Amino acid sequence: MTVATPSLARGAPPGRFSLKKFRDFPMIPMLILLIIALVAIFADFLAPYDPQFGSLSQRYRPPAWQEGGSMAHLLGTDHVGRDVLSRLIFGARVSMIVGVTAVLVAGGIGTLLGILSGYLGGWVDQVIMRVADAWLALPALTFAIFLAAIVGPSELNIIIILGAVYWTRYARVIRGEVLSLKQREFVRLAIVAGCPKRLIMWRHILPNVINSAVVLGTLMLGVVIVTEAALSFLGVGVPPPKPAWGLMMADGKQGLMVGRWWLTVLPGTCIMLMVLSANLLGDWLRVKLDPQLRQL
Amino acid sequence: MKQYIIRRTGYSLLSLFLLSLTIFLFVRVTGDPTSLLLEPGASLEDIANLRRQFGLDQPLWLQYWLFVKSFLTGDLGLSFYYRTPVLDLYFERLPNSLLLAAVAMILSLVIGIPSGVLAAVHVGGFWDNAGKIFTLLGLSLPSFFIGLVLILIFTVYLGWLPSSGAGTAWHVVMPAFTLGWYFAAAHMRLTRSSMLEVLGSEYVKLARLKGLPEAMVVGKHAFKNALIPVITLAGINLVVMINVAVVVETVFAWPGIGRLLYEGITFRDFPIVQAVVVLGGSMIILVNLLVDILYAFIDPRIRLES
Repeated sequence: MTVATPSLARGAPPGRFSLKKFRDFPMIPMLILLIIALVAIFADFLAPYDPQFGSLSQRYRPPAWQEGGSMAHLLGTDHVGRDVLSRLIFGARVSMIVGVTAVLVAGGIGTLLGILSGYLGGWVDQVIMRVADAWLALPALTFAIFLAAIVGPSELNIIIILGAVYWTRYARVIRGEVLSLKQREFVRLAIVAGCPKRLIMWRHILPNVINSAVVLGTLMLGVVIVTEAALSFLGVGVPPPKPAWGLMMADGKQGLMVGRWWLTVLPGTCIMLMVLSANLLGDWLRVKLDPQLRQL
Repeated sequence: MKQYIIRRTGYSLLSLFLLSLTIFLFVRVTGDPTSLLLEPGASLEDIANLRRQFGLDQPLWLQYWLFVKSFLTGDLGLSFYYRTPVLDLYFERLPNSLLLAAVAMILSLVIGIPSGVLAAVHVGGFWDNAGKIFTLLGLSLPSFFIGLVLILIFTVYLGWLPSSGAGTAWHVVMPAFTLGWYFAAAHMRLTRSSMLEVLGSEYVKLARLKGLPEAMVVGKHAFKNALIPVITLAGINLVVMINVAVVVETVFAWPGIGRLLYEGITFRDFPIVQAVVVLGGSMIILVNLLVDILYAFIDPRIRLES
């Protein structure tokens, strides 16, 4: 099924130079991502408490502005008395590390296989694409759950699993780009000049698909973070007592019915902000960097 | 036509083969499957027995053949926890999943199609922008966040809706909305772009030139044609919904297949996890095949292509 998407009303008309091009730069999403990244890097200095230890006498403290809350725990404490703010701060680190590395792993595998598949063609192409098709038939989350159930929960495993699940999307798109690049003059000339295949792929094809890979990577960042959070929420992601946002929500679920909203709403808001920002930035990049990907 | 169907079916079978091979290999490459198939704390003797019973001392290709054969004969193994065949459990839960998916689908179409049309008719206008925000949120918000916030508002604060379980019509509302939002966003996006494409086509221009009222042009000439891809996507999505509802069903304790998968994970009930994954994948491959064949019947260009 193919659906052509004419992207009207998006971006400036082509071929006309104007400063408007950068006017709609998504400043706020960029800032949010930057802040989350900084928080992740400097978590040790920012967090007021240890994120993994708490005291039971301090459990279920509401945020400071609510009745019963105190300035000692600005955003309250959880079911074992751990400081929610500190856990959120260290949770940023978990999300960033898992998100970015998983995107790099998926992007690396996908781009490599996409280039091989598109450029070499023949049985290599057939094998790679048929495997990609079969893997795409499984909903990503279900596939990830299956893999996580086999290998057991750990941060490293999650990264590998997310890479294994999401490379197919890169491979598909990159392969398509390579197919059209192959018809271009500079590639044909390189072939005529006797340039070895390995070199053509490395020197002539790869630099030309990097744009698409970056755009896809930004868009995938949101998807990957949601999947990690969902896995952690279901108990097959980042193992406790690590402070992952998805895990915090799973822990806070029981408290919801008695009104302990901060245990779920706060980590949820963090996930939402990060994913929204990544998506907005990805959408913008897609339109600006790579008109071919607009239909994605 | 016949050739197209044969080739397309061949691809689907190949996908099924690769999918089963993937699952088979992942289980074996990543460790000893007996550790997954036995409850923790099983004796060495039990492990040795199971290895023989599952033929793990046999060569790999023979093991794969046995794996496929048991699947084809509908033997998906026994659940550790419930001590009943996995397939029975699956079909016990399927109606609940279908109900949830059906309600979520109706919701997503009722929201997605009209707003998609409105957005396409007023590109850049208020409806288009409102729709963009709705779509962005739908595609970005994790479903467990939506679900938990809904529970907080409608159960804890307002006390209007039950937070978990199934039984009455009220139980369906929140899970269906949580599941449906993402798909409403997808359907809206597709309706919008499909409408834009049709509105720019020759026959719509002609209809306008004939002097038909705008409502007639949009409603009759454009809408009907723009709807085809949306309906197709909805058909595929219905099957996808059944298989991606894990998180939603977990949040609302909805007794469907997703919840079964979640129980499979928490009780380390591996046969259940494996069955849900394999059946889900097969279902989606089958629906894609049916849609492609249906399309070939409708549109001759497809079957002549490639």
